[in-house]
Amino acid sequence: MADGELIVKGGYVVDPTRKIDGEVADIAMKDGKIVDKVSSSAKVIDAKGKVVMAGGVDVHSHVAGPKVNAGRLMRPEDKLLSGTCRSGMAQKNGYRMESGFSIPSVFRTGYEYGRMGYSFVMEAAMPPLLAPHTHEEIHDTPIIDEAALPVFGNNWFVMEYLQKGEVENTAAYIAWLLKVTKGYGIKVVNPGGTAAWAWGLNCLNLNDNVPYFEITPAEIIRGLIEANEYLGLPHSMHLHQNDLGNPGNYKGTIDALKIAEGIKAKNKFGREQVMHSTHLQFHAYGGTTWADFNSKAKEVMDYVNKQKNITIDLGCVTLDETTTMTADGPFEHHLHGLNHLKWTNVDVELETAAGIVPFVYDPQSKVCDIQWAVGLELALFAKDMNRTFITTDHPNAGPFTRYPRVIKWLMSKKAREATLGSFKHKDKVIEATNIHGIDRELSLFEIAQMTRSGPAQCLGLKNVYGGLAPGMSAEVAVYDLNYKNMPSDPEKIEAAFQRAACFIKSGEIVVKDGEVVSNGHKKTVWVNVKMPENPQVTRDVTQAFTKGTYTMNLINYPVREYLAPHPYVIDVDVEA
Amino acid sequence: MATVTLKPTKVPELMFEGYSITPDAFAGKTPAQIADLPGHEGKIVMKLGDFFEVTGNAGDTAADTNIVINGDCTRVKYIGARMTAGSVTVNGNTDMYLGGWMKGGKIHVKGNVDSFCGIQMQGGELVVDGDAKNHVGCAYRGDWRGMKGGTIRIKGSAGNDIGTFMLGGTIIIEKDAFIHVSTHAEGGTVIIKGDVEGRVGGQMVKGDMYVLGKIKFMMPGYQKVGTVEKEVDGTKATFDHYIGDLGERHPKSKGEIIYANLYLKAAA
Repeated sequence: MADGELIVKGGYVVDPTRKIDGEVADIAMKDGKIVDKVSSSAKVIDAKGKVVMAGGVDVHSHVAGPKVNAGRLMRPEDKLLSGTCRSGMAQKNGYRMESGFSIPSVFRTGYEYGRMGYSFVMEAAMPPLLAPHTHEEIHDTPIIDEAALPVFGNNWFVMEYLQKGEVENTAAYIAWLLKVTKGYGIKVVNPGGTAAWAWGLNCLNLNDNVPYFEITPAEIIRGLIEANEYLGLPHSMHLHQNDLGNPGNYKGTIDALKIAEGIKAKNKFGREQVMHSTHLQFHAYGGTTWADFNSKAKEVMDYVNKQKNITIDLGCVTLDETTTMTADGPFEHHLHGLNHLKWTNVDVELETAAGIVPFVYDPQSKVCDIQWAVGLELALFAKDMNRTFITTDHPNAGPFTRYPRVIKWLMSKKAREATLGSFKHKDKVIEATNIHGIDRELSLFEIAQMTRSGPAQCLGLKNVYGGLAPGMSAEVAVYDLNYKNMPSDPEKIEAAFQRAACFIKSGEIVVKDGEVVSNGHKKTVWVNVKMPENPQVTRDVTQAFTKGTYTMNLINYPVREYLAPHPYVIDVDVEA
Repeated sequence: MATVTLKPTKVPELMFEGYSITPDAFAGKTPAQIADLPGHEGKIVMKLGDFFEVTGNAGDTAADTNIVINGDCTRVKYIGARMTAGSVTVNGNTDMYLGGWMKGGKIHVKGNVDSFCGIQMQGGELVVDGDAKNHVGCAYRGDWRGMKGGTIRIKGSAGNDIGTFMLGGTIIIEKDAFIHVSTHAEGGTVIIKGDVEGRVGGQMVKGDMYVLGKIKFMMPGYQKVGTVEKEVDGTKATFDHYIGDLGERHPKSKGEIIYANLYLKAAA
């Protein structure tokens, strides 16, 4: 947090939290917070003719942790042509070397998010056992504030408690785990399927049986939603659904979304949803094979639009060469079988697994082009942009550095048609998707909802990030776009969002004219649940470590304080 | 055709990265402008003129430009890397990455070269009169897209990892090679006129290999299917024909499984 006063003057302010859409106004900051006014000695940043938004909030991105690092090790070629590892401006200015394209180094991750004007990034899958590594990487990533979601969907304790219908014990276990891993909320990846993968199996259907645990994915999802609301966590249950990436999976997707029906959000953070369904692009496919593969974005969004207690993010395919990495171990094995590229598989004892496979989203491939269209269609069919967030499931559908390109496609039919026109199988893609017939172009206000106010509210952080109201953290991004006279060339929209004209992080200027000028003062955000001790859970956890279920000692399990030296702790009180 | 002559004047303390020594970078430039082209020594950006004396003239295009280096370049990397046309002649040895990623033109080295020559080459011709170290015409570390086209001829011997992940083009080693030939390859031709230690065609999906000498240790994944007469790079001989690697996946074409072929010169 920076001391002193700052004022961003004369910009077109776009702040959905206060329904401000393009009004010319000043944003004043003092001691790292937004304030009503500042003295005349405040440092002035001229934003005349430019757009001013809150710092971006990313709800789902894989930027730190063991699988991200394994991806870096596995793909030296990802660094070869990444360009700026030597001549990067940041390095010239005396900052750290940057490398990597789809799995950038921690420094490049922080710098690129900073250049795009992002304040907060949620690491979307942290294996609890390897939380210390995840936090080390988070700490080494400059500028951005980060939090991490531990994975629970294939956790042995969770499955055993939920199999017996013990929501309270599940909640107590979650509370303990969030505390020891300095985690933020409940991530669920292919519930039951990754556990089944230990037997070489998968759970593609919501009612498949998880071997040994005698539970189904639907029961795990419902149980974790209930546990989440029992605790009143700031974020909801965050779901990566079963049957990812397969033709015809949209029906199962809607069935999983229906599990949230009738459940009300209980929390004091202003969060309204009970389920966040992530990278929905991978789950909105029709057809029976890759030959008749088609978009079911409309069908899925018709359901999402009327069901108010769910939020989604897109997971847009950006047509790049990238690296897929997920705790959905069986899916990565399946993908390796399709593209024959190198594959990494890891099992994390008692908790989860992970897989990594490089993938080339080739614009000349009909399937990849349809995937591209599905991601954008989800946003274009959405009615409530405060529940629909821009992501690329970085790096799975594309690197996060392509968000500006996704914004360009969403804001410009011309840009979409240009990309569509460049496809070899253009006609087949048009036939299998809706994108050609959609004229909708999103406004800057809607983009701000999808990247600022929406994700901040979904994460229960709406009093800190995603808006420009006095009292909130001083996160201000200035983009070189004239609100009153938007460029007719969509490339200029992408360029403006790629390199912010100015970005103020916690009251400190970290990016100026698109270049990093400070490493900032990043924070690690985590949730500390305070509830009475649950003797059964304490006994079960202790036994798992002492009787050899875990191969390590309980004393070595928690994340030590020094690994998150700049914490921002959100306290949650649960009454007995 | 115009010729630019470089004469080494100073031995770099670290290795000098001569990625600017290509007909493409030289084309249309005066000797003074050429001497001003950048190159890294460690993390410091130096100039070509710090290590070479530049004389002669460059052509208007890369195709019209010949580069002759008169002297030893044992500590100069990336000569001719990414070039598309023209020629580079080195009267001496070179360091790593000679002609890496090259797309066209010709490189002729009259001495020896270090590792990674012709890495991920797409076209053109690369001739080395002496020996090459490891990774001749292979893929970049981690990459699955190796050499796609062009010809590499090493008149001496070569080390290990020749043509890894090769997809096309031809590599000829006129003397011996060590281990790992065409590993993971899915196309292309490797001809070794001398002996090979072993690991020839491991995990190879598709493509051809010719060995005119002996293979000390055969891969277990290769099966002899017959004997054929073939002419290879001007030599007519009888070869034992092996297919493999039987432990690897193989594509089908017209209902038939396509294997990689190893032609090993039959014992006289």
